[in-house]
Amino acid sequence: MEKSLTWREFIVTRAIQASGYSAIVFVTLIFFFLLREGAPALTDVKLSALFSARWYPIEDYFGILPLITGSLVVTIGAMLIAFPLGIGTAVYISEIAPRWIREILKPLVELLGGLPSVVLGFLGILLVSPFLRSFLDLPTGLTAFTGSLLLGGIAVPTIVSVAEDALDAVPRSYREGAWALGATRWQTIWYVTLPAAKSGVLTAVMLGVGRAIGETMTVMMVTGNAPVLATALGSWFAPARTMTATIAAEMGEVANGSAHYHVLFFIGIVLFLISLGVNVAASSVVFHAKKRAERILS
Amino acid sequence: MGQENLAPTQITNIMKRPFSPNRRFIERIGFAGLTATALVTTLPIVGTIVYILIQGAPAISLEFLTSFPRDGMRAGGILPAIIGTLYLALGVSIFAVPLGIAAAIYLAEYASDTPLTRTIRIAIINLAGIPSVVYGLFGLGLFVLFLNFGTSILAASLTLSIMTLPVIISTAEEALRTVPQSFRTVSASLGATRWQTIRRIVLKEALPGILTGVILGLERAVGETAPILFTGAAFFLPRLPNSPFDATMALPYHLFVISTQVPNMPVQIQYGVALTLLAFVLTMNLVATVIRSRARAKRQW
Repeated sequence: MEKSLTWREFIVTRAIQASGYSAIVFVTLIFFFLLREGAPALTDVKLSALFSARWYPIEDYFGILPLITGSLVVTIGAMLIAFPLGIGTAVYISEIAPRWIREILKPLVELLGGLPSVVLGFLGILLVSPFLRSFLDLPTGLTAFTGSLLLGGIAVPTIVSVAEDALDAVPRSYREGAWALGATRWQTIWYVTLPAAKSGVLTAVMLGVGRAIGETMTVMMVTGNAPVLATALGSWFAPARTMTATIAAEMGEVANGSAHYHVLFFIGIVLFLISLGVNVAASSVVFHAKKRAERILS
Repeated sequence: MGQENLAPTQITNIMKRPFSPNRRFIERIGFAGLTATALVTTLPIVGTIVYILIQGAPAISLEFLTSFPRDGMRAGGILPAIIGTLYLALGVSIFAVPLGIAAAIYLAEYASDTPLTRTIRIAIINLAGIPSVVYGLFGLGLFVLFLNFGTSILAASLTLSIMTLPVIISTAEEALRTVPQSFRTVSASLGATRWQTIRRIVLKEALPGILTGVILGLERAVGETAPILFTGAAFFLPRLPNSPFDATMALPYHLFVISTQVPNMPVQIQYGVALTLLAFVLTMNLVATVIRSRARAKRQW
């Protein structure tokens, strides 16, 4: 009896430990399999050809630059929209809103985070893009800007929840200090609370960028999917194509092991490395700030 | 989340203009601006949901929910897509839920702050950030091709499971951490082993929080399209899948297909599918919210 108990304890502990390590295993596996299928792209296609400006796989042009600029244009546009909206909403929820409004707004924003991206893309096709086409008098409503608009909506919940956490973590005494000096609530928010939550807000924005650059279905459905190198501001109002959309749209039609197949996996590696960079940067900001906060509070 | 020390210049910034005559006015404008921002963010959410509800409701009928598509999916129902989505959710529950909860237990109860633990945390953050379509590539490389599962429910749900894992781990860990330390101390003092304490005391107390995390994870899995594009989704199937090695239709992929790939698709059916998908997601969201708030109200510690 006693012995079987220790045995069970031992096995359960080991199983739990192994599950704990699983996250590392999965990240490694993902990187390994992307490399395994994507690295041959470097031998199939010359490096200079890979980073050229023409993506036309049917005739063996595998230049991924237009896809990278496509992703950049759409993501930067999305952040221009999501940053003010997300931070503004976070400040409103955490600093201004009365309790009952907060109780309504928070789940609503969470709900937006849970809306499937394919539903947003669907509405983008049926409502947003025809509206933009007639409103801005464009030849087509399926543009990078349409993608940015909807991606902004997808990035907002991430930004709001992380930024709001950061604002919540600012000690009340900071605000009371400012009020005691005669500052209005607005001055307190602007000169005290927001600067104090700076690192958390930065994390929020970075995670928002990560969310936007990795989004697939919405951008594939509404950006028109034209692999054109973005060079001027006008590109924002023209069709574009992102890295994610290219993979999603073309992977179904390529032969396994072909150059095209390897290049699509290579784009996957690029995306993986971007998200790795963004997330490690975001989390190191948080860790760094935590240490500093602990030092101040102790 | 961190906060930083205020630089002296920031304090003098406040000191400089404490009694500027129009500061109340500025405050009012600022608050109005923030309120407007919050409205601009949240009104479209309500609008979207109400709009889909109104447009999609006429399409919903018993026949729509329980029969097969006809006429190249332009008529009939969406039963195979609904069943497919349920299968995928079931698959994710089988793979991701036990693994995710076990990993959360490890992080909350066993792990000490070592470089290894920090590596695990960074890995989890990265899993959460990897683009969904990259999960699709990974699933294609590992499950479909390397392990030879083919385009199947099994490959798709394994792919979705790994994607869902970080959501489950982080919410479950947070739930476990809110259980007061004294509960563990008392249990240990009564002679319980560590696992007995976790299973009978900690897990029981943290259950609502864990459930919330599980439901939110499933909600994400149910709505995703990109990871199943090349791992298990089928354009159209005349019958239901009858083994985990069959491909399946799924609601989000079906919505994608009928809104972009099928010409002359009646718009009402599109809204009907969007509404059905939304109903899945909203119900799960609602259940999670209810569990969380009820547990909060009931909590005595």
